[in-house]
Amino acid sequence: MIKVEDVHKSFGDEKILKGISTTFDKGKTNLIIGQSGSGKTVLLKCLLGLFSPEQGRIYYEDQAIQDMDDSGKRALREEIGMLFQGGALFDSMTIEENVMFPLRMFTNQKKAVLRDRVNEVLKRVNLENVNQKFPAEISGGMQKRVSIARAIVNKPKYLFCDEPNSGLDPKTATLIDTLIQEITHEYNITTIVVTHDMNSVMEIGEKVVLLKQGTLVWQGTNQEIFKTDNEDVTSFVYSSDLFKKIREVQNKET
Amino acid sequence: MKYLQDIGSYFLMLKKVFGSYTKASVLRHLIFKEINDLIISSLPIVAFISFFVGGVVAIQTALNMNSPIIPKTLIGFATRQSVILEFAPTFMSIIMAGKVGSFITSSIGSMRVTEQIDALEVMGINSLNYLVFPKIVALMFYPFVIVVSMFLGILGGWVAGVYGGFVSASDFIKGVQDGFIPYQLFYAFFKTFVFSFILATVPSWQGFYMKGGALEVGKASTNSFVWTSVLIISSNYIITQLLLS
Repeated sequence: MIKVEDVHKSFGDEKILKGISTTFDKGKTNLIIGQSGSGKTVLLKCLLGLFSPEQGRIYYEDQAIQDMDDSGKRALREEIGMLFQGGALFDSMTIEENVMFPLRMFTNQKKAVLRDRVNEVLKRVNLENVNQKFPAEISGGMQKRVSIARAIVNKPKYLFCDEPNSGLDPKTATLIDTLIQEITHEYNITTIVVTHDMNSVMEIGEKVVLLKQGTLVWQGTNQEIFKTDNEDVTSFVYSSDLFKKIREVQNKET
Repeated sequence: MKYLQDIGSYFLMLKKVFGSYTKASVLRHLIFKEINDLIISSLPIVAFISFFVGGVVAIQTALNMNSPIIPKTLIGFATRQSVILEFAPTFMSIIMAGKVGSFITSSIGSMRVTEQIDALEVMGINSLNYLVFPKIVALMFYPFVIVVSMFLGILGGWVAGVYGGFVSASDFIKGVQDGFIPYQLFYAFFKTFVFSFILATVPSWQGFYMKGGALEVGKASTNSFVWTSVLIISSNYIITQLLLS
């Protein structure tokens, strides 16, 4: 569980986060949604400890990240898996080396054991026979899956995903969403996904947090998001023609 | 003001490079890789340039000796002095600023653009130690490149001088041996070590702190070459003033 209490963050005179408070539950896919510039990525970077908030506290279980020293933060980061928007695979390494990387850095197991674990997670993300390929030799969707494999190889307690579907076709995007949710339940981890993709909200949004101009304006589940009358939610959710038509149909039926 | 900030960020970077070390087995692997990328792969171009520039120095010296009372041994002497004192350590370092420096900046800059450095940070790895420290260690072998450059520069001078009909082999060798001062070798290698540190850190700094996309990676590589060259030339002047005057 991750708890955020009254987090404020500014860059110069510009206030990006204006007092965010919420809880991200264990064993669930928690989604942070909002328009571009709403502060989603800044909040994510605060959660990761890459940015320090000027005010407020972030708790991992019961320990505040602000109270941790450098070694504490390093230890925490070993428990974090991260899926970056572009995959962020090391392009000078093969797929196997990429996935093995966290294990090589933080464990002292023999290479054969590491290789078995790598094959296990690659199989889990439905990738086989790509071990010796380089990231540039596989598709964008496969790169995302490799990135998920790298994020979970060290059995993390927390999984962060920054725009996991960007640049993917709808079918592959659904595949990645489903994979993230399955892994969250399977490993019972706290997963936080930053996205503006409403399909992801519908598919995996067990808890959804909506940000607008640095403020948390609504939180709930993917079921509740389509029922609420909150204006900020409706203007965000029904900004696409597809969802407008879905609402029209729903309204006609009721 | 920006220059002061840049200088500050460079020294802060150095402090972080030598803090919280990456796991030894991983670091060892990285150092060998960097030795291959930065040192071994530079040898062909260094050999080519050194041999021909040494040859040109010998020919230029021979063609500018108009007086019959100047001994032919001067060709070997001038080639040795030019190559050992300046060409191999200083000008080869500027060439390396173009080759190795651009490579370092663009590779680290690309990692910045594609979030690979963020990925290292999120994993709790000191990205500066992971990326820059192996390069500093690898470039401690840079004097080996300069030894090769010195040898091939003088060899090039010998080949051009002797086979060009400007000097006999024995006169050239005698000139190379005349008035040899071992301290000058110390001076040459001392500044080579300083240049190797500049070559490893300045391009890394440019790449690590760059912002933007692919276009900025190109700009950072150009800046890296400019800054590295300026620092090499400036420190060459200071070291020469301190050690030789």
